[in-house]
Amino acid sequence: MKKLCFLAIVLFLFSFQTAIAKTPADTLVIANSIDDIITLDPAEIFEFSGAEYAGNTYDRLIGYDVDNVSNIYGVVAESWTISPDGKTYVFKIRKGIKFASGNQLTADDVVFSLQRVIKLDKSPAFILSQFGFTPENVAEKISKVDDYTVKVVVNKAYAPTFFLYCMTSTAGSIVDKKDVLAHEKDGDLGYGWLKTAYAGSGPFKLKAWKASESLILDRNDNYWGNKAKLKRVFTRHISESSTQRLLLEKGDVDIARNLGPDDIKGLAGNKNIVIRKKAKGAVWYLGLNQKNKYLKIPQVRQALKYLIDYKGMEATILNGKATIHQAFLPKGFLGALEETPFSLNVAKAKALLKEAGLENGFTVTMDTRNNEPTTSMAIAIQGTFALAGIKLEIIPGEGKQTLTKYRARNHDIYIGRWGPDYMDPHTNADTFARNPDNSDDAKSKPLAWRNAWDIPEMTKKADAAVLERDTAKRAKMYLDLQREHQQVSPFVIMFQDIEILAERANVKGFILGPSFDSNFYWNVTK
Amino acid sequence: MTQFLTQKRLKKTALKILKFLLMVAITFLGLLLITFLIGRVVPIDPVLAVVGDKASHEVYERARIAMGLNLPLWQQFLIYLSSVLRGDFGTSVLTAKPVFEDILRVFPATMELAFLATLFGIFVGIPLGVISAVKRGGFLDHVSRVVGLLGYSLPIFWLALLALMIFYAKLDLLPGPGRVDVFYDGIVTPVTGFMLIDSILAGEWEIFWNALYHLIMPATLLGYFSMAYISRMTRSFMIEQLRQEYILTARVKGVAEWKVIWGHAFGNCAIPLITVVALSFGALLEGSVLTETIFAWPGLGLYLTNSLLNADMNAVLGSTIVVGSIFLGINIFSDILYKVFDPRAR
Repeated sequence: MKKLCFLAIVLFLFSFQTAIAKTPADTLVIANSIDDIITLDPAEIFEFSGAEYAGNTYDRLIGYDVDNVSNIYGVVAESWTISPDGKTYVFKIRKGIKFASGNQLTADDVVFSLQRVIKLDKSPAFILSQFGFTPENVAEKISKVDDYTVKVVVNKAYAPTFFLYCMTSTAGSIVDKKDVLAHEKDGDLGYGWLKTAYAGSGPFKLKAWKASESLILDRNDNYWGNKAKLKRVFTRHISESSTQRLLLEKGDVDIARNLGPDDIKGLAGNKNIVIRKKAKGAVWYLGLNQKNKYLKIPQVRQALKYLIDYKGMEATILNGKATIHQAFLPKGFLGALEETPFSLNVAKAKALLKEAGLENGFTVTMDTRNNEPTTSMAIAIQGTFALAGIKLEIIPGEGKQTLTKYRARNHDIYIGRWGPDYMDPHTNADTFARNPDNSDDAKSKPLAWRNAWDIPEMTKKADAAVLERDTAKRAKMYLDLQREHQQVSPFVIMFQDIEILAERANVKGFILGPSFDSNFYWNVTK
Repeated sequence: MTQFLTQKRLKKTALKILKFLLMVAITFLGLLLITFLIGRVVPIDPVLAVVGDKASHEVYERARIAMGLNLPLWQQFLIYLSSVLRGDFGTSVLTAKPVFEDILRVFPATMELAFLATLFGIFVGIPLGVISAVKRGGFLDHVSRVVGLLGYSLPIFWLALLALMIFYAKLDLLPGPGRVDVFYDGIVTPVTGFMLIDSILAGEWEIFWNALYHLIMPATLLGYFSMAYISRMTRSFMIEQLRQEYILTARVKGVAEWKVIWGHAFGNCAIPLITVVALSFGALLEGSVLTETIFAWPGLGLYLTNSLLNADMNAVLGSTIVVGSIFLGINIFSDILYKVFDPRAR
């Protein structure tokens, strides 16, 4: 009896303990998979979760409307002018912006930040260096006119939005020059320090980052714009979808970011939880290596595009996490082609294979990342390829492993997902439709190169499109380019990503943008 | 004469120690070499982990050279070896921190869990094993064997999810994943890395209790598996002992039955059991990847797996050395305990 009493007391204590432990009122708690963060330095960040961090903690010269990307506006830049020859951009810097450290933001910080990206030359540096900046010439090309004016000279008369969109990307974040230089070591421009620290002026500031554990942001009370409504945003790293769902259902987190289709389905009808969606820029595609003797035949490429059950996959495997899309520019981008000429058509595919002299089919392999939904997609594709006698062997592997093979052009087919680096159409045209040098030791290795697709003519078209300064004409050039690409390319583009987020019904105002650096927290209330 | 003898004995001991150290060194060298080679042979490009998929050719090449991957394999190994000897395990790509610091951070989380799980394994597993050996073939024996068998064969991730579903989601008795509630996270500054100790040091009793509640489910689950192992081994050791003639003698002499079981028979089982417990503790210290994933427990298992999948070789090698040292340490420790408890082994 004594024992029973003791047990009852212990159980009572437990239930009391957990009943009060819900999320604090002034803190947004997010369950997210954040183990991709390997740096907090905006000059180096190139990962989804890192981009989201920088988007909330740093300001850029320019921003865009998350619901209408073509609408761009000044953030740190109050206004800008472009010279008639299209090569010189002059930015007027907004007065009265303070960094979280308390320092004033001036032209010095802007010049320093942009030059720093070029000088450090980390992975995302190409977003800026593609305008002709090098560590040697950048001091001259990006310069201070006065305390609140910055001049940038690019190497060609590009379409202005190309340059401006690049300024909206994470690499264009403005860092606190004084603070960063105070932590400089051996002329590293503060790189060693900023990798795990913070020097920005955004609505939130970094409180703590524990790699693969948690990321804590606090409101920046020095912020110049609308101050964040909540005091703290706490992101806890949780990779398991079912764990995220449990925590959300119990109210121990306010938002779950990586729920799988099954868990989303399971939450339907739960009144305490709201599911929200936003189309993201990433596209799902198959890359057909042109070194393969079958895949290089035009009719075979065409036949494979008719051997995908787009509708079936969208409805079952992807179940709301992606939508059918068959051109290299995702919806929301300037000149995005929304036509979907391909659907599952086995008869047509068979006819095309016959034309290629392969009516008995052939065997081919596909390197497949062993995560979801990639594996399920691969199995579905294997099934539909078989309908026309094509035997698809799936080679499963870890992400980095399949990627290593793909980058060495040792695959037959690669199933992949590609996300744009900035909001201008050139980002995807550059990789899907440009291949300046198809040799094995080429310096630039875009996706067209990885699939050994030699396209001197199309490369010229893509180059011309980025120099077209008339927006309407430029959009038309991309539409034409995509129509041609859709038919002839060795890319079977299938879907565009949709981000699904599940939040407690009392959470309001989480801004989901078209890319990860435009998922904003400042407007959240609960 | 006596002086000569002591000198001889000293020399012998010194030789023994030297031999032992040499063995340790060779074990470590082998461990390092094998891990290093496996790390270089896997078809994953470690540069990708540093620069990502989209880096330009120049950035990629610079990173490759900075990582020393352009050098011949043997040279890479020597460079690594010499920096390890200087106590430098390199920097992790994933966390941007020195590997040593990372391990100091993640290891206590695993240790805390493993320690409690082993305690559970000992205090439940041993009595269970003894009882089922004594009542061999009886009802209790059958129950304990089924429980043990389940512990052996059930996949832990499934059991963990089920436990979360029942005790956290449905009954609301125990807290969910994580080491403490979000509310308490980041308040206590880590001193030892053990949440229970750190919270006491900081005088934050509320956090101590919260951390303890959070430990109950994962520790019990892991403990269940170590209990299954310990109880099975205890049972078979005990059965072996109970068959011996000295037990019969003791019983004939009229020694009380509890004394026969716990004093005579169990006393003789204790020594092999030390090895069993030590090994199961060692296995838990490696970190249980699945448990750590499901309970969002930032321990060594999760760290090691993450590093492996991302070709973060410094982190993998560093963790391997730690796991290797632990196993070596535990082996030495149980050897010493053997000598303490069993005069024949001296």
